[in-house]
Amino acid sequence: MALLDVQNLAVSFVTRNGTNMAVDGISFSVELGKITAIIGESGSGKSVACYSLLGLVPMPPGRIDGGRALFEGRDLLQLEESELRKIRGRDIAMIFQDPMTCLNPYMTIGKQLMEPLLYHHRVTTEQARARALELLDEVGIRDPESTIDNYPHQFSGGMRQRVMIAMALINEPKLLIADEPTTALDVTIQAQILKLVAGLQLKRDIGVIFISHDLAVVADIADTIVVMKQGAIVESGNRERIFRNAQHPYTQKLLAAIPTDSKQPRPDAVQPLIQVRNLCTWFDQGRHREPVKAVNDVSFDINRGEVLGLVGESGSGKSTIGRSILRLVPVTSGEVSFDGTDLTTLEGRELKAMRRRMQMIFQDPFASLNPRMTVYDALAEPLLLHRIENRKTVARGVLKLMDDVGLARAFVRKYPHEFSGGQRQRIAIGRALATRPEFIVADEPVSALDVTIQAQILDLMQQLGREYGLTMLFVSHDLAVVRHLADRILVLYKGEVVEQGSGDDLFQRPQQAYTRQLLQSIPGRSLLA
Amino acid sequence: MNTQTISDISQAEQGTSLWKDAWLRLRKNHLAVFGLVLLVTFIIIALLTPWIAPYSYQAQDLELGASPPSAAHWLGTDIFGRDLMTQIMYGGRISLAVGFVATTVALLIGVTWGAIAGYVGGRTDAVMMRMVDILYALPFMIFIVLLTVVFGRNMLLLFLAIGAVEWLTMARIMRGQVQSLRQMEFVEAAISLGLSPATLIRRHLVPNALGPIIVYTTLTIPSVMLLEAFLSFLGLGVQPPQTSWGLLISYGAETMEEYPWLLIFPGVALTLTLFSLNFLGDGLRDALDVRGAKD
Repeated sequence: MALLDVQNLAVSFVTRNGTNMAVDGISFSVELGKITAIIGESGSGKSVACYSLLGLVPMPPGRIDGGRALFEGRDLLQLEESELRKIRGRDIAMIFQDPMTCLNPYMTIGKQLMEPLLYHHRVTTEQARARALELLDEVGIRDPESTIDNYPHQFSGGMRQRVMIAMALINEPKLLIADEPTTALDVTIQAQILKLVAGLQLKRDIGVIFISHDLAVVADIADTIVVMKQGAIVESGNRERIFRNAQHPYTQKLLAAIPTDSKQPRPDAVQPLIQVRNLCTWFDQGRHREPVKAVNDVSFDINRGEVLGLVGESGSGKSTIGRSILRLVPVTSGEVSFDGTDLTTLEGRELKAMRRRMQMIFQDPFASLNPRMTVYDALAEPLLLHRIENRKTVARGVLKLMDDVGLARAFVRKYPHEFSGGQRQRIAIGRALATRPEFIVADEPVSALDVTIQAQILDLMQQLGREYGLTMLFVSHDLAVVRHLADRILVLYKGEVVEQGSGDDLFQRPQQAYTRQLLQSIPGRSLLA
Repeated sequence: MNTQTISDISQAEQGTSLWKDAWLRLRKNHLAVFGLVLLVTFIIIALLTPWIAPYSYQAQDLELGASPPSAAHWLGTDIFGRDLMTQIMYGGRISLAVGFVATTVALLIGVTWGAIAGYVGGRTDAVMMRMVDILYALPFMIFIVLLTVVFGRNMLLLFLAIGAVEWLTMARIMRGQVQSLRQMEFVEAAISLGLSPATLIRRHLVPNALGPIIVYTTLTIPSVMLLEAFLSFLGLGVQPPQTSWGLLISYGAETMEEYPWLLIFPGVALTLTLFSLNFLGDGLRDALDVRGAKD
């Protein structure tokens, strides 16, 4: 019998704008010792479905419209809050995307681990501590004896997620619900956490629900995959079938959105537009501490018309390199020349003229647009500033940009908050293109977007790159995306260049250990290759 | 919407700005709307006082003396037989003017100062904010007494003195806002477009920092008015023959036992104004809260 059997679950939200069906009659089950992955884009109802099982959806505005959720024979939806509370945390545990917000910053992790034990079971403090140590060891925390009394901020993101997993496991739950547990982590760390979850699930023989927006992430670990769209299940089945023989067009679209090809370098791109020599960007930490060497002695060229990919994990200095070239952060030493002009010493009018020729596309489309300006204002600003259009012709210029980035002209007087993430990113791209730049730094331009939207934006960037004849520095932590888009790839580690080459060179003949480790961390390699 | 092909932007549908959105939410807050209506009423009365006051400001009836509310004098008269309603209306002109003008002075200095300190950062910021700290540390009363001793008592000085004190907090709030906005990507985008710092501050930073500033402003006006009342009460503020609510309350307090209406009515006028400003401020804080805007 299934550990959890959900039948025709329906959840809706009642808002001032009417009733919104969040989950529309879905059915799935979870077996002991198996991982069920629920895949869907933001707003598909995947999280709401799981949260409603545990009574974690605020009601109102939430409302359960029907269905059953049998957990060991008991219907979770019919239980009293007091009974549900006993099940929550003891029989069913959860881990979340952002471990920092789920840990109490004022308590040592040891205390936080021991608390539920002391609360739910009658054990002594010594027993609880011994159990906590055991678990920290099990989730791969090195030297738990000396770290158990540390506070959450003393751990890295990956280590915090391990602590969260230990906390979820401490009461020996039968079902673990993991909501995007690796989305905030680096690829290499993500690979470790995925391995850990899969290992624990096997060893402890528990059921796992793994919620994710990314099919690739679950490709190696899921037994059953459930694909959700707009509150309904469009397809479900075992992993091999979904990956080899997806039936529903939406699933096929999701699979197609995972880039697997490698771009061939352009033979004609030989003339360097940008030359970076011995670039160092250090951040001072005050008088008595070593500066953070975000970028340390980095040299490379970007050829005219080429897309250079920059990969590395967070803290590798990949964003700082892009910002250093654009003079958004002060350069400590070294030289950056653009078309023969040294950028690091430019000031005033000359700098402004140079700024027109290079632009940036940012990661978070929710933060990169001024919330008080309409699309029209945002796009008109660069056009007028650099006298590309005058007051009479600016409206035409704005509409042309809207057409170029694929936004309906009718939206021109809307504000950023009235757009979706993908549309906002189109606005941001339009703004960057407004000055007719020759060079663009794209800093993780698709990592905040849903997978299918990612593919659209990448296509748009490629197409516009050709139309505008752009040279591009494409910064990303996602190797598959970079390989798909870049002519050459630079691998960064701790502020230094580890390796560079074409996509094929790096993927098939990696020279350095770190590059190999990065490649092995790409989720779903086995099924997607 | 099938207007993919519109050729002129005036055909496009106007979006909902965050200001408009905040206004829509403010409208649902009955207490805040009540405050706003009351405040506007008071301001209109203050502006029209010379034409609508029941008696002239100088008119007195020594024969009558202090009389309780009556048909001829709705709010009664003071010991010189002057109509209290007229006094309160003229006093309101001064009190509201002090409140709004001093707050505007504080707003202009504070926002500019805080925005520059927050945007430039580094040593400039340190020097500018230390100056704020030093001014904070000055005992306000001594400052005012010194000013009145050196320059004599006049209204303009009162505005300046109060404004000079109230801008400090405004500058701190603005600096904090600008510092956190500076980290936002849209500011980096504006820098990489090549905008000059002045344009950047004016167009991108100030409008986004205004929410908390507006809220603080509506809460500053009452504190400024109270300050004026307090100073007038002590005899340091508005001087006869001019009058203000603070001065009226001060006189009323002296004769509270014989003629209570002389204290009650100016007190009610001041209290109602302070209440409506506070309700409005609270309402604005809820309406402008961006976290609330997302649902």
